[in-house]
Amino acid sequence: MNGGAITGGDWARAYEHVPYFLSVLWSGAVMTVIVTAGGFVVSIMLGILFAAFRTGRSRVLRGAAHVYVEVFRSVPVLTQLFVIYFGLGAIGIRLSPIPAAIVGFGINGGAYLTEVFRAGIEAVDRGQTEAALSIGMTKLMALRYIVLPQATRIVLPPIANFAIGLLKDTSLASAVAAPELSFNAHMLVDETYLSTQIYLLVAVFYLAMSLPLSTIVRWLERRAARGQRT
Amino acid sequence: MQHRRCLRAMLEEPSVDDCRLMTDEEKPSAEAGPVPSAPDGPLVRVEAVHKRFGPLHVLKGIDLEVKAGEKVSIIGPSGSGKTTLLRCINYIEKPSQGHIYVNGHLIGEKAVDQAYVALEDRALARQRAEIGMVFQRFNLFPHLTASQNIEIGPVKVLKTPPAEARARAFELLEKVGLAGKRDVYPEMLSGGQQQRVAIARALAMRPKLMLFDEATSGLDPELVGEVLNVMAQLASEGMTMIIVTHEMQFAEDVSDRVIFMDDGVIVEEGLPSRLFTAPSHARTQAFLSAVLRKRQPR
Amino acid sequence: MISTQALALAREWAPQLLVAAGQTLRMTVFAYVLGAVAGLLIAFGGMSRRRGLPTLCRVYIEFIRGTPTLTQLFLIYFGLASVDIVIPGFEAAVIALGMHYAAYMAEIYRSGISAVDRGQHEAAQGIGMTRVQTMRYIILPQSVRVVLPPMANSAISLLKDTSVASLIAAPELMMRANDITSEYYMPMQVYLITGAMYFVMAYPLSLGARRLERLTGKSRRIGTDLA
Repeated sequence: MNGGAITGGDWARAYEHVPYFLSVLWSGAVMTVIVTAGGFVVSIMLGILFAAFRTGRSRVLRGAAHVYVEVFRSVPVLTQLFVIYFGLGAIGIRLSPIPAAIVGFGINGGAYLTEVFRAGIEAVDRGQTEAALSIGMTKLMALRYIVLPQATRIVLPPIANFAIGLLKDTSLASAVAAPELSFNAHMLVDETYLSTQIYLLVAVFYLAMSLPLSTIVRWLERRAARGQRT
Repeated sequence: MQHRRCLRAMLEEPSVDDCRLMTDEEKPSAEAGPVPSAPDGPLVRVEAVHKRFGPLHVLKGIDLEVKAGEKVSIIGPSGSGKTTLLRCINYIEKPSQGHIYVNGHLIGEKAVDQAYVALEDRALARQRAEIGMVFQRFNLFPHLTASQNIEIGPVKVLKTPPAEARARAFELLEKVGLAGKRDVYPEMLSGGQQQRVAIARALAMRPKLMLFDEATSGLDPELVGEVLNVMAQLASEGMTMIIVTHEMQFAEDVSDRVIFMDDGVIVEEGLPSRLFTAPSHARTQAFLSAVLRKRQPR
Repeated sequence: MISTQALALAREWAPQLLVAAGQTLRMTVFAYVLGAVAGLLIAFGGMSRRRGLPTLCRVYIEFIRGTPTLTQLFLIYFGLASVDIVIPGFEAAVIALGMHYAAYMAEIYRSGISAVDRGQHEAAQGIGMTRVQTMRYIILPQSVRVVLPPMANSAISLLKDTSVASLIAAPELMMRANDITSEYYMPMQVYLITGAMYFVMAYPLSLGARRLERLTGKSRRIGTDLA
């Protein structure tokens, strides 16, 4: 809302305070990693659980998993966060922002990963199971020693991609006042009005976290392609 | 809607989810246990087996007996049901009707109070351990080396000590001519080599019976010979073998008996020398002429 | 939670949510069209022979894919405002979301084009077509089949992402839900019904996307349908 950004006065001001910005954004980034890690763990656990339901024998559990996946993939994660933080808060279950964010991203991510795990299991050729059964393995043994090891290699790239997406999505936790990177950035902007500069700095922080992960993903994708040739 | 008896049987075996009532002919006269096979009785007995896939009636009443040590080849056009029959014998496909006995044991089911109920997973697995199967597409485990593919059955299913399993795996690899490929992964092996490892994997379980489901149909022509040689050697060592194949020369050389199947029934069976040169049925004749026309001159 | 009083209040604000849902749909459509067109330009830029253009496009795509939508939205909305270019919330959201999805769609186009067999290029050039003609008459028509399912899934993602615009007070469903919550203070009911509205909009799209996948053959890679 001022001409300082064009004439350079703003940039000079920003340059003066860079160390301060960096320290604030750094603690935000740490919190971002914490929320990402927590949400990731919850997502993996829920994903495995519901994928097991989805491919299992109980029709009730299969249906429940189906509903879980469809509902939580059709609603924005922001809405889910608000239901958990504000909605539960109004009926007496008060979660502080970080746990609420971890739960919210965890449940949302679990729905996504359920489909990834399910597809991974189904991608393993049926002949593998038949061969395992034919040498006298039970269905459970076939799953454990033959199907799951192969499915794991297949699902690693999409899971890694999911982790990157989750990292970026945690920026939404700022809407429930979780002190992560985006939230701290908003605070700095409120203080200083240097929106362009600070958001560019924030972008750099996110890139610094996501680019290495992307490289890992590409490596995993190459590895997964190798094991599929028999 | 399940019959009352079925429900009761299933209640007794809560892990079971499938049940079929016995027909009057099936009801046991004395005890309801495995049919004991006399010492010189057949190793494999297929009794009135039907198999339907939805509306498709693939096996239309198959009766078959295979004695211990016998090598039986099954030939016929695609869609005749020969592969389905093979897969019923180790219960990878479930017969819609009829029963299959291997080594005296009723495969895949058990009799409970005038109904037949599906066998629990563990008991079925134990039955399958006695039957070896070799698949058209090999189905080697890609995340395991050749030796590990062979060891995993004995170690996990028979609880063989790993060192012993590894030694035996090496013996079997030598037997199929692949001693140097012990620690190689399947993707680095040719099709013929993979199939030989697959045969060794099946042999590791010391099966009483070996089933070959078009074992060479998925191979490049120059690799077929090495696999057929292993199968011929196995035959000469006295293994009971049921071989579904398109390799007519091999069937003639190795089998004690050839069965011609078409459209879900056994049309004709007999000694290879007779069946190949002077088949009794027109359909057999038609099939053989069509196949022989494509064969290379000897 | 479902008292008669709550129901009475709900009857007041629910219609407002419905109107806002309509605005969400509008935003989705505009952003989608922008993204589809811009994505096509970026995809072509990535394949261009002009020096520096492919690199520029690659840098753009990596930037978009490496940073949150929220940050991009804020850069456009607040960043432009600080140089005295003031854009209203709705338009800023359309631009930000459109440019965000343009990067993803460019990648979808790229893989769609490379999915077409090499032999097609060779055959087309063999009968004397230029690169442009090959693209236009032979390659692009075939790549449409491959591209449709991921494009459908992008639409669903975009619909959900419009919720981010609530953070710059753009008029759409989440924004309205926030307003209503601060007025009536029934967050549970309001947000649950908001979620239900998103579901009603997104679920049919999901079913359609899945049917598209079946019609055009299954995609081999897992995760491509989970945009």
